Amino acid sequence: MKAIVSVIGKDKKGIIARVSGELFDMDINIEDISQTILQDYFTMIMAVDLKECKLSFDQTAQRLAALGEKTGVEIRIQSQQIFDAMHKISLASENI
Amino acid sequence: MYTSSEIMETINMVSHQHLDVRTITMGISLLDCITDDKRRTAQKIYDKIMKKAGNLVSVGNAISAEIGVPIVNKRISVTPLSLVTAASGGHEEALKMLDKAAAETGIDFLGGYSALVHKGMTPYEKTFLQSIPAALASTSKICASVNVASTKAGVNMDAVALCGKLIKQAAYLTRDTDSSACSKLVVFANAVEDNPFMAGAFLGVGEADCVINVGVSGPGVVAHALKQCDGFNLTQIAEVIKETAFKITRVGQLVAKEASRRLNAEFGIVDLSLAPTPAVGDSVAQILEIMGLESVGAYGTTATLAMLNDAVKKGGIMASSHVGGLSGAFIPVSEDAGMIKAAQEGVLTLEKLEAMTAVCSVGLDMIAIPGDVSEEIISAMIADEISIGVINTKTTAVRVIPVYGKKAGERAVFGGLLGEAPIMEVNRSSPAVFINRGGRIPAPTHSLKN
Repeated sequence: MKAIVSVIGKDKKGIIARVSGELFDMDINIEDISQTILQDYFTMIMAVDLKECKLSFDQTAQRLAALGEKTGVEIRIQSQQIFDAMHKISLASENI
Repeated sequence: MYTSSEIMETINMVSHQHLDVRTITMGISLLDCITDDKRRTAQKIYDKIMKKAGNLVSVGNAISAEIGVPIVNKRISVTPLSLVTAASGGHEEALKMLDKAAAETGIDFLGGYSALVHKGMTPYEKTFLQSIPAALASTSKICASVNVASTKAGVNMDAVALCGKLIKQAAYLTRDTDSSACSKLVVFANAVEDNPFMAGAFLGVGEADCVINVGVSGPGVVAHALKQCDGFNLTQIAEVIKETAFKITRVGQLVAKEASRRLNAEFGIVDLSLAPTPAVGDSVAQILEIMGLESVGAYGTTATLAMLNDAVKKGGIMASSHVGGLSGAFIPVSEDAGMIKAAQEGVLTLEKLEAMTAVCSVGLDMIAIPGDVSEEIISAMIADEISIGVINTKTTAVRVIPVYGKKAGERAVFGGLLGEAPIMEVNRSSPAVFINRGGRIPAPTHSLKN
């Protein structure tokens, strides 16, 4: 499954390292990454692939949320489908 | 890859603007459960529901977790029970099994304790209808509906008269909980066969064996989008509503597609209704106020609502491969903080609400009235509302709650999604002679439209 990891919170050292480390531990591949800082607020978006991840989606989400709590940022993981649904016009080829 | 602003827009819709999918409703045909034996029929009903919907709640929760959007309710709708139990006469036995299945599957509501009597009633259907008040009072998740009229058949005024009685009885039987049984009973004109919303959901006989119908929500998202539109004219406002409705509906489409695939059911429809909740900021009334009214109920309410309803459909239709159900903005008074406030202040009257139902879904919905209002007045409220639907070829409905022992100005509290409502006074002039005449109001002509 392709998913989007979003990290939102106050900017501080080492956020990218910690999140990507956690993803590596769970065998999740990062395919794309972007980050912006708006008024001290850090927003990082990662496109990831869960193909090799052995954990369930729930477990993955829980581990990321727990890491977020520890580091004081919000970390979400959501199926890429929700963003496709909202922001792409054409889904006809996906047999909807 | 999406831009951060697109990703954040989606995340904020959920975290700040109350975006949710209101319901995944699994429609289950019970036609193959019909037997001439009461117990066997009831057992078959239970077995079929457990087989088809055993995983409904867990699948709904899994989809919700994966896409990060709450799916508030998981529901079941079934073939109108009056048809399924006609051969055996076993609606009481069937009710027990429906209740048991509803509890064991963990769903929120089960609709379909229903009868379609828009042209006439069989003797059994009359018995069945008379069982509705006790059925609703003795269960918590079962919902009932009665179709008393259609554009093709006219209005069955005998059924309308009976429904006034049933509503009063249901109110009395649940007098300790502000007559809450009435919130689970809807009287329809032109009822649809694929409605995912309660209390009026049932699965029509023209439907497949097992179908997924999804109801979206999202008044908060539309309201938020319109708040950014200072200085826009109404053409621009309509565009913003369309674009927002497109995105909201796409979420419903995704959920319906995934749920039907995982539950091995057919994709039925996405219902485009904007369904409010009592939460502040998730209100249809608020949208009309952002469009420029001091309060919902003011002159201009019908016009803004008509435009909102139309724009939501235009945006939603392109977003989904199958649209159906009720598909229109809901205006349930007790479930919408803005409606509650306007009704309390006397700005929103019953007459204005009736006018609003001519341009949107679905009718006089979740309106609390004094407990001493007569059954004839309630029947006449139904007759008026139902006539709007019959003449305008649309679905209309009545879900009023004559709150036992309470007077106008007091409050009725139902809790949860059903909310709470100020009790509104009604016109007490008597329509009793009209209601007691009985018979049918003939079907309307479809030409000479004025």
